[in-house]
Amino acid sequence: MLEQAQRKILILFFHPRYEDSNANRGLVEAANSVAGVTLRDLYELYPDFNIDVPKEQAVLLAHDVIIWQHPFYWYSCPPLMKQWIDLVLEHGWAYGHQGDKLAGKWIMNAITSGGNFDLYKRDGRNRFTYRELLAPFDQTAFLCHMVYLPSFIVPGANRVSQEQMAQYAHRYAQVLRLLQAPGTSANQLADVAYFNDLNLD
Amino acid sequence: MANSVLQNAVILLGAALVFVPIAKRLGIGSVLGYLLGGIVIGPSVLGLIGQESEDIMHATEFGVVMMLFLIGLELNPQAFWKMRKSIVGMGALQMGLTSVLLFPLFYGVFGYPLNVSIAVALSFALSSTAIVLQTLKEKGLDKTQAGQSSFAVLLFQDIAVIPLLALLPLLAVGAASPSDGGHAGHGGPDLGILSDYPSLTILLAVLFIIVLGRFFISPFLVIIARTHMRELFTASALFIVIGVAWVMELAGISAALGAFLAGVLLANSEFRHELESDIEPFKGVLLGLFFTAVGCTIHFETILENPGRIALLVFLVIAIKAGVLLLVGRVFRLVSDQTLLFAFLLSQVGEFAFVLLASTSQLGIIDKGSLDLFMAVVTISMILSSVLLFVNEKFIAPRFGVTEAVADSPAVAISEQNETIIAGFGHFGSTLGRFLRANGVKATILDNDSDRVSLLRKMGFKVFYGDATRLDLLESAGAGKAKILISAIDSPDKNAELADVVQKHFPHLKVFMRAKNRSDAYELMDKGLENIYRESMHSSVFLGVDVLSELGHRKYTSHRKASEFIRYDTEALQRLAKERHTRESYITSVRQEIELQERLLSEDGKFFDQRADGAWERP
Repeated sequence: MLEQAQRKILILFFHPRYEDSNANRGLVEAANSVAGVTLRDLYELYPDFNIDVPKEQAVLLAHDVIIWQHPFYWYSCPPLMKQWIDLVLEHGWAYGHQGDKLAGKWIMNAITSGGNFDLYKRDGRNRFTYRELLAPFDQTAFLCHMVYLPSFIVPGANRVSQEQMAQYAHRYAQVLRLLQAPGTSANQLADVAYFNDLNLD
Repeated sequence: MANSVLQNAVILLGAALVFVPIAKRLGIGSVLGYLLGGIVIGPSVLGLIGQESEDIMHATEFGVVMMLFLIGLELNPQAFWKMRKSIVGMGALQMGLTSVLLFPLFYGVFGYPLNVSIAVALSFALSSTAIVLQTLKEKGLDKTQAGQSSFAVLLFQDIAVIPLLALLPLLAVGAASPSDGGHAGHGGPDLGILSDYPSLTILLAVLFIIVLGRFFISPFLVIIARTHMRELFTASALFIVIGVAWVMELAGISAALGAFLAGVLLANSEFRHELESDIEPFKGVLLGLFFTAVGCTIHFETILENPGRIALLVFLVIAIKAGVLLLVGRVFRLVSDQTLLFAFLLSQVGEFAFVLLASTSQLGIIDKGSLDLFMAVVTISMILSSVLLFVNEKFIAPRFGVTEAVADSPAVAISEQNETIIAGFGHFGSTLGRFLRANGVKATILDNDSDRVSLLRKMGFKVFYGDATRLDLLESAGAGKAKILISAIDSPDKNAELADVVQKHFPHLKVFMRAKNRSDAYELMDKGLENIYRESMHSSVFLGVDVLSELGHRKYTSHRKASEFIRYDTEALQRLAKERHTRESYITSVRQEIELQERLLSEDGKFFDQRADGAWERP
């Protein structure tokens, strides 16, 4: 049997103030350390929010796994990411009649969050879990016939120590390699809510 | 030796082609190049051009007429009106004082008769519009105090030539009857009764030009433009200039002044740029030949007969002129080094002195020998003016007022090395510089306006004063160690020149270029430059956004469309920049501009046909 090719990973990175985010710098450096990963810094590409839709669609088509990497501002994404979803995932292209261009691709969120898992539960201050609050992205993926993977979370991102951040970065790189590996199947990830819980060592 | 016309043309043009590039390379200005070329081919050195040099001079004098037409075109009546104070104030003071001081020199010291002294004193009070404007343009000094003041004084002088020409016949009273040896074109036909009332003639002629310019020339040009024949338009442009000049000469007034007036009247016309681009090359060539011819006419025999007298005259005339100009600069409160520049710029005797002297000689006021002597003085003063400017720039100005660098000032540490250099701190550069400063980026500034430089230094900027294209200035400003150079000079030519210097000597610098417009951007792209910013691009598109909003369009959509349009336009610029080389390149810049505009408009069609806007809602 022929050896299957590695999955091509695309990280769509959205941060309006990247220069002041230690957590995201850690993740970006980790992503850059993994060969064969494409990272697009969209706030750097489209400071005027005027997204080049055909260009972004072409980039999507060239990859198998899409990662939205962003801070979890107000239980959601930064505005440019919403702009990206609004404009790039066009009707008739990503969803709707004959909209199947992304069908079968994998997609996930990698988020940095101010709170931690204790706050994100029924009796916590945020009342909902990360996974529940990420439902709109899950549903977006579903509508576009994509496979929504477990999320990667960096909790307490504003206070995270260097050692802790190094661990998250290490784990992020592990996740990326796992997703690249031809042997990995989406089924084996179906029951996992967060990549944080998966033992990768 | 009487040469054929073709032979003369080859010699004159050849001299220009050899000497002007040398002069440019030496940094002494093109005018001096033409003059030196003239001297070399003239009877005294190689003798390639003989006695006909004076005829050539008179023929090419028309370059001066065309130059004034072009000056007029640049100067619409409103601009003219705005400058009236400096024109009349500085101009009158300079002319009045200079002639009053020159008169006793000729009358008392050199013992010329009363009428000769008056005529020559008045003629010598004039400076050379051609040399000064050319110099200002070449050095990028036209927007400085000294540049603006020089322009005002020159305008006054050019206008003053009319009454001066009218005055000269009065001086002929008591002199021998006018000689008949005048040149064709300077006498003109007898106008009967009108010649008895010169002021009436002048009034009528001026009125005629005004009526013509206001009511006839523009409709006439519209008809010509409709034929879509370039050569016809060029022909009409020449027809207008030559026609006006001829009418004015018939009326016995200076042709140059008529052309100037016609230019001012057409300054607001929609054909202004077309006329400019049509006349410009003729003017350039004729003016160059004029200076070459002036170089040829220097009679070294005359100079050798009276070397002491001529040297003394030249020295005193320049000294008196410069002294008066220094005083005028003081009175009108120019800062010290601008006053110096102003004085050196205008210290020579101008081309109108040739015209006035020729007419004086026809009227029999002065004899041939004196005429040759005075002509020599004028020419030598012209040659010296370029040398003096050079001396001023290198040795005198640095000692006064604004110095080039702030090396001695303790306020700014010499060791401070900025990564960014901004050349030109006018409207464009200053906005940019303020923005960078607001974001904590310190830039070293190069500027050639001493007023601005003093102000900026007071505000704590690191500023170098002088022409940003000078290698030594760039070096002392730290171009060798900087990372980024922003070229924000107002003059596109200077910007392009700076780009060349930087590419050659500081290839490590990342260059950001200001471009006036599209065609300017093309030129810069041809040099392989990438970061080119058309200054009007964003303001005009975003003006359009506000207009759309006024027409009821939603602002966010218009903003989105504006960004898309800018992106599209930048791409189109790059595409057309490559294409335009496949098209004929001899067409003049304005024509080319029109053609490109046409290409662009048809290109826009593709942009409109692009995918329908599917953002958020289905159209």
